[in-house]
Formats: sequence, C-alpha cells, structure tokens
Amino acid sequence: MRLGFHAPETEEELKHLVAEAVDTRTPLEVMGKGTKREIGHPVGAGAVVSTEAMVGISLYEPTELVMVAKAGTPLAEIETKLAENDQELPFEPVDLGPVLGYGPREGTIGGVIATNISGSRRILKGAARDHVLGVRAVNGRGELIKAGGRVMKNVTGYDLGRTLAGSWGTLAIMTEVALKVLPAQRETRTIVCFGLTDQTAIEALCIAMGTPYEVSGTLHAHAELAARFSDQQIAGAEAAVTAIRVENFPASARYRASRLRQALLAYSPALELDHERSKKFWSEVRALKMFQGKPNPLWRVSTTPTNAAKLINNLSRKIDVRAAYDWSGGLIWIESPPITDGGAVDIRRTLAELGGHATLIRADDAMRAGIDVFQPLELPLATLSAKLKHAFDPLGIFNPGRMYRDM
Amino acid sequence: MARRGDILKQLKRLVPKATLIADQEGCRTFESDALTAYRVLPLAVVLPESTEEVSAILRFCHDNHIKVVPRGAGTSLAGGALPLEDAIVLCLSRMNKVLDVDTSNRVARVQAGTTNLAITEAASGQGFFYAPDPSSQIACTVGGNIATNSGGAHCLKYGVTVNNLLGVRMVMMDGEIIDIGGTHLDAPGYDFLPLITGSEGQLGIVTEATVRLLASPEGSRPMLLGFDSTEAAASCVAAIIASGIVPVAIEFMDRPAIHVCEHFVAAGYPLDAEAALIVEVEGSEDEIEYLLEKIEDIAGDFLPTSVRRSQSAEESALIWKGRKAAFGAIGQLSDYVCMDGVIPLSQLPKALDEIGWICRKYRFDVANIFHAGDGNLHPLILYNANDSVQLERVELCGAEILRLCVELGGCLTGEHGVGIEKRELMYEQYSDEDIDQQVRIKEELDPSWLLNPGKVFPIEGRDAHKMRGLELQDLGPEIEAKIDVEIESEVVEGHDAP
Repeated sequence: MRLGFHAPETEEELKHLVAEAVDTRTPLEVMGKGTKREIGHPVGAGAVVSTEAMVGISLYEPTELVMVAKAGTPLAEIETKLAENDQELPFEPVDLGPVLGYGPREGTIGGVIATNISGSRRILKGAARDHVLGVRAVNGRGELIKAGGRVMKNVTGYDLGRTLAGSWGTLAIMTEVALKVLPAQRETRTIVCFGLTDQTAIEALCIAMGTPYEVSGTLHAHAELAARFSDQQIAGAEAAVTAIRVENFPASARYRASRLRQALLAYSPALELDHERSKKFWSEVRALKMFQGKPNPLWRVSTTPTNAAKLINNLSRKIDVRAAYDWSGGLIWIESPPITDGGAVDIRRTLAELGGHATLIRADDAMRAGIDVFQPLELPLATLSAKLKHAFDPLGIFNPGRMYRDM
Repeated sequence: MARRGDILKQLKRLVPKATLIADQEGCRTFESDALTAYRVLPLAVVLPESTEEVSAILRFCHDNHIKVVPRGAGTSLAGGALPLEDAIVLCLSRMNKVLDVDTSNRVARVQAGTTNLAITEAASGQGFFYAPDPSSQIACTVGGNIATNSGGAHCLKYGVTVNNLLGVRMVMMDGEIIDIGGTHLDAPGYDFLPLITGSEGQLGIVTEATVRLLASPEGSRPMLLGFDSTEAAASCVAAIIASGIVPVAIEFMDRPAIHVCEHFVAAGYPLDAEAALIVEVEGSEDEIEYLLEKIEDIAGDFLPTSVRRSQSAEESALIWKGRKAAFGAIGQLSDYVCMDGVIPLSQLPKALDEIGWICRKYRFDVANIFHAGDGNLHPLILYNANDSVQLERVELCGAEILRLCVELGGCLTGEHGVGIEKRELMYEQYSDEDIDQQVRIKEELDPSWLLNPGKVFPIEGRDAHKMRGLELQDLGPEIEAKIDVEIESEVVEGHDAP
C-alpha cells in the first residue's frame, strides 16, 4: 500500500485502507490531528492514517443530553456547539496540545476519547470514558464495528465503546462517538489557600471532597508552578496554591463556597475567586499552563490521594521535581529534570512502594524510545492486555509498540 | 452425567471449607433466578468463601471442561444466572464482607457477594453513600451489579455501576487471579473495567470490588406531578432537562402503575392522572426549594393535574416506597415479565403508545414504570405463568417491544442484561461483525466457553456447539473412599440455602 499520510473521508474508505494494510502487513500510525502523537513510544509505521477528514456533528439532542460526532471533529467545534445550548462536556478534557507545542483545543473528539484524558471535574462527574455511550470503529481486520448506541443506559452485549476509551488507537480506529453531555454550570467559585505543605493541602482537599457541596475541582500546585498562572494574586503570592472549586446555579455556588470556607477554616482560606476569575483559572489548569513553554519531561501519575504527598516527598529526595496535584491528590502532574531517563526509574520505584502508575506525557523522541512511556504491567494484566489486543487487531497493525513494545 | 460423582468428590477435596450442595432439594433453591419461567437443576452448587477457593474451583473446572454459572443473589430478570444441567453454580453469597471503608479516599472495598445496600449502610455513618441503587438493592449483590452494569433510580445524576467502580479482583476461567484498578481513579493500560462491567459473568468471576463512595447530600426531596397524558409528562421531562436542571431522579409511572402502587402502599399518588412523575432534587433546604420551585414552573406549561411537593422526610420516604414496591405490588396481582429496553427520550410518547398497542394485540395488560430521565423503559407485561400458551405469547410480545426500542434508536437492555431472555434478539441491534467482535473477546478470555455459556450471544446461526460449551469429559481415576463419605454426609445435611 502507499506509505505516507492517509485521511479517509468515509468509513468505507477507511475500511478499505485498513483491509489493504492487513493484506500487505503494513503497520499504521493512527491519529486524529496528531496533537498527542508525541505520547508513547515513537511508532515506526510506514503509513499514517488520520480521522481528520471525518468531521461533523451527526446528531445533537440537547434535551436528551446526547451528542454524536465523527471522530475527526475538532474538540473546539464540539464545545462551541454545546456552549450555544448552555451545555458542556462534563469531564472537562485536559488540553495537552499547549504543553506539547500545539495550539489550544486543536485536537479531535476522537483523540480525546482514545486517550481518555479527563480534567479536574473527573472527581465529580467521571472520566471521558464514562461519557461514552457508543462508538463506531474499524477494527484490525478492516471490519466496521459498532458498540453501544446513543442512549444513556445500555448493557446489550459487551461494552466495547468504553473499552476503546484510553486505548490510544491500538485496538481500533474510532470513526464516530456518541457522548453524554450535561448542562453547563452557571456559576463557578473557587476557594484559594496559600502556602500549605503538600500533606496539609491534600488533607484539606480530601476534607472538601467529603463535604456535600459537590466540589468539582481540587488542585494543589507548588509555588514555582503557581507563579505561572495569570491571576495576579495567585501568581504573586510566591507560595504554593491550593484551589477548591464549586459550581452550580449562582445562589447555590455562593452558598456552597461560603460553607466550604467554614469547613476549611483551619487551612486559612485567603481568597474566593468570583465566576470570571474562576473560569480563567480552571481553563488554565485544563491547558496545564503551569507546565507550558518548558522543555522538561512531564509525567502524569495516578495514585491513591492520601499517598500523594508522601510519594512526591519521597521522590524529591532523589530528584528535583515540581508537582501539581489534581483530583484531590489522585492525579499528579510532575515536572522532572531533563536527565537521561526523565526520572522514570525513581518515579516508578517510588510508585512501587506506594501504589499507582505513571505515564510520560512530554519528552523528546530519544527519551521516549529509551524508557517505558506507559506504566509496565504486571504479568497477568499484560497477558490479558495482549489477548484484548489480539481480539481487536490480531496482526498488530495499529500503532505497533506505542503503548507496549511487544504489542 | 456419569462423571457427576467424581466431580463432586474432587471438588470436595479441592475446597473442603466451601459449602457444596449436591442434593436435589438443595439445588432446587438455585434452579432459577428472578426470571422464574425458566428452571434448570444444576450439577451442583458450590459456595466458596475466598478468592483462592474460587480460583481453585475454576482451575479444576477448566482442566476438566466443566461449565460454571456464576451467581450472586439470583435477582437477574434476564436469566443471567440460570443454571445449566451440566454446570456447576458458583454462588458468591457467602463472600459478603465489607473489607474496608476509606472515607479520606472515598472508596470502599467489598467482597462480590456483599449486597448493594450493605455498602451504603457501612458508609452512611460517616456521611457517605454508594450511588447505584437498583430496586433490588436489599438483596442483589455487587458482583451481580457488575455483571449487568446495574443502574437504579438515581443514576441520572450519579451514573451506573461502571461509573462508580474503581477496581476488581477477578478470577479468570483458568484460575488466574487478576487485580484490575484500585483506589485510584484510573487504571494503567487498557481499561478493563468497562469490559468486565456488563459482561454477565462470561469473562471472569469478580470476587472483590473497589467502589467509589460519594459524600451524602445535605438533603433531598421529591415532588410528585400528575398529568392527563403521557405526552405531557414526557414533554415535561424534556423541558426540565432543557432548562439546565439535572434532577437526581425522574421516575415515570403510567395509569395502571399508579393505581397498583397506590393500592399497595397508599403513597398518595394521583389516581386521576394518566401519568405521574416523581422528580427528586438534592441540596440544602434553600437549594431544594429553589429547584422545586423552578421545576414546578416548568411543569406548569404542561398543565399538570396535580403538583405535590413532599413536606417531610416521612412523606418523601412514602413517595419512594410506592415506587420501590412497584414490582412487588404488581407481582401480587399477577405474574409479569419486566422488559428493560431503552429509547431516546424524545421518542417516549411514541414508544408508550406503541407498547400499549403491542400489548393489546397480544391481549395482555401492561404497566409502565421506569427511569424517565435516561429513557430506560420497564414495561411490566401481566400474564399467567402457569399457562404455557400465554408464556409463549408473552415472550413474543416482549420481543416485539424490544424490537420497537431498537427501531426508535435505543437498545434491548439498559440494566438487566441479555441473559437467555434476549440473546436471540441481539441481531436486532447488532450486525454479524459487531457480535463477532464481542465473541472474539470471549474466545480470547475463555476459549472453551465454560463460563456462563449460552447467555448473551444468539445461538442460532452460530457455532452452537461452542456457544453452549463443550461436553463433559472423563475426569480420570476414582479417588479415595473417604471423600465419598464426606459427600454423603454433606448431602444428608441438606444444607442451608443462603
């Protein structure tokens, strides 16, 4: 088959393309707009297939909270359309573009689902994959498959749609996704504390999560990172920042913010951001502004919230790191020094003691080629993963080696 | 089943502490689930108490080509736990411990046989709850909830089981124990949790689950709205959601359902209405007042025949009691089958109209009671189970309703699972290639089709021999007489059923 770049416009074209790749045993690098292409091991594929030409919102029923879109539809278009109806993607996908050298929200909805990249609101509303109602996709045999549908509940057969979420284009090429959407929050407010230690901050965030006020954002960032936000009070505080977000209709958001301040008095809340400032702040969190414009390796670590501070503390004894905690500590973004392995050995060793997993989000080709970008799996899970891969893509055509070298 | 004696002996030796039920009387308890029209006596029933025992049993069954039907509390309405005569029922009801409640990290770790309600009971003292709340929550187990991705009345806001599950310990058919996920919010590598959730016990047997706990709301209160047409009620649901309010629950009842429930519980349901909605919101007193006020405003456009906001905790409990007792109430009147199709919300009036017509055509009464917010219909078709002609007709009637749901853009089952009930209808929703893709996963994880075979996938037109599982094979030499004696005594004891 012809090597180079392919952007089929229809499912039929894509099917033929994959069938041809199967016949000629040609590996395919799978992507949307390629804004997250530099995550994972470099894929040594002869041909690239992109969904960028499969675009458009095929169905949007605001009263049913459902949107169906072709995989290549730009995220920006999806969010604009939703905003016109005062709705949003509840999982607030992290925009990795800017930290990887691309513009804001240049990625596609297919890319968002394929990487299951959920933002701060994940702790309240669930992950990207939780909002997948159904998908259409082409598997590694060149067959068009559909799973799930466009309705809210569906246990008709195995849930292949959500299974494809977070598979990084290694199981099938999604052509269309059906998503659950929600009304946009009318009012956002943020309680801010300064200068808390990591341990104390995580404690405060976990207390906030235990209140009935439906906290939808819980961030703690080291002082050097806090200085990179555009809010002058936060950037100028020269201290670590701890931020807690509540959202709802205006009177309720204000009420909840005031109750939270009471609940967190011991942590000396210094500031309450109003709606506009809150929106700006959390949009910067979403675009990882605190890590933009730097060449350092960037890691994404998932762990048990109450182990998070200890994890960073132990790690700091080995290498120089800066961390921003989200999900009340359950998600840690770590900027590590530009040493050969980007800190992989130390990070994974620390994780082995405390539990969790790490993915390298930003690194140059050489570093990504040299270390495990995705967390190496325990043998039973690795075997299970190989079986799942084989069920979808028996010849290993899609993104070979991207997640794991032998898959 | 010539090898039955051998199988029992070896099982007894393998897991001496597990309860083994081999006598007919004991097995009778397990011959069906809540789809009572189907009954099959299994080869034996084993009730292990640990993951290691489950592993030993599965390894043994794997090596000897014995089929296994996993079971929780047996509340499946789709025959998901229906035994096979040449299968062992592996029942997890003895594994019912809440292992850990960690409110700092907002997770609970429980054994798979724990009832759904027991999780909330274990966490409520500390101000937390487990969100999925199927109607059978007093009895149904977490393992069963995972097998069918159960929802419940409050899943409009909080999601279904898959959205509230963080990890499982699972035993594969070959006995391998695998831990997936844990106390963090995402697992490394492929996300197996959604694949396992809703797989009806066909890929592995979950023995432990780590679930998400949520902070309990400050308060909650339902309101009851009556309408003089189902269209008005359905339009009201759409208007509420369009306004930006997502209530924690919106339950819909049609006239027959209202009457049956009211007769049973005297919850004060509007007997003059053609349709009623229970709309529940949460928050502080002020928040609740504000939301109910707004919902009442919206409902005003659809000319409700009655509007009643709950004034007290007792009244709220009563309103829900009627709804939660619905299936039982109808069950006292008549046998029924409960359908579980899902439709896009905009098709609701049309769907109810058509369902009414289909049931009239087959000469059955029907009551509709369901989660309106998510379009998950539960038509209850009333029939006489002792009449084999009616049984056949009610199945045809149900199938036609489910076909309708698919035609309207929905699906066959929202939370009950496919089981045996709907397996032959799978082609209504899926193409050959869609089903093949699912089957390939089953083949990878359980190549001999030993784990809950005969469920989910249509047998017709496929490799029927394989779908049903392989025939039993010889087990090898007899084992010592001592075990014989143990088995005998076990059988004599008769066993207390869970």
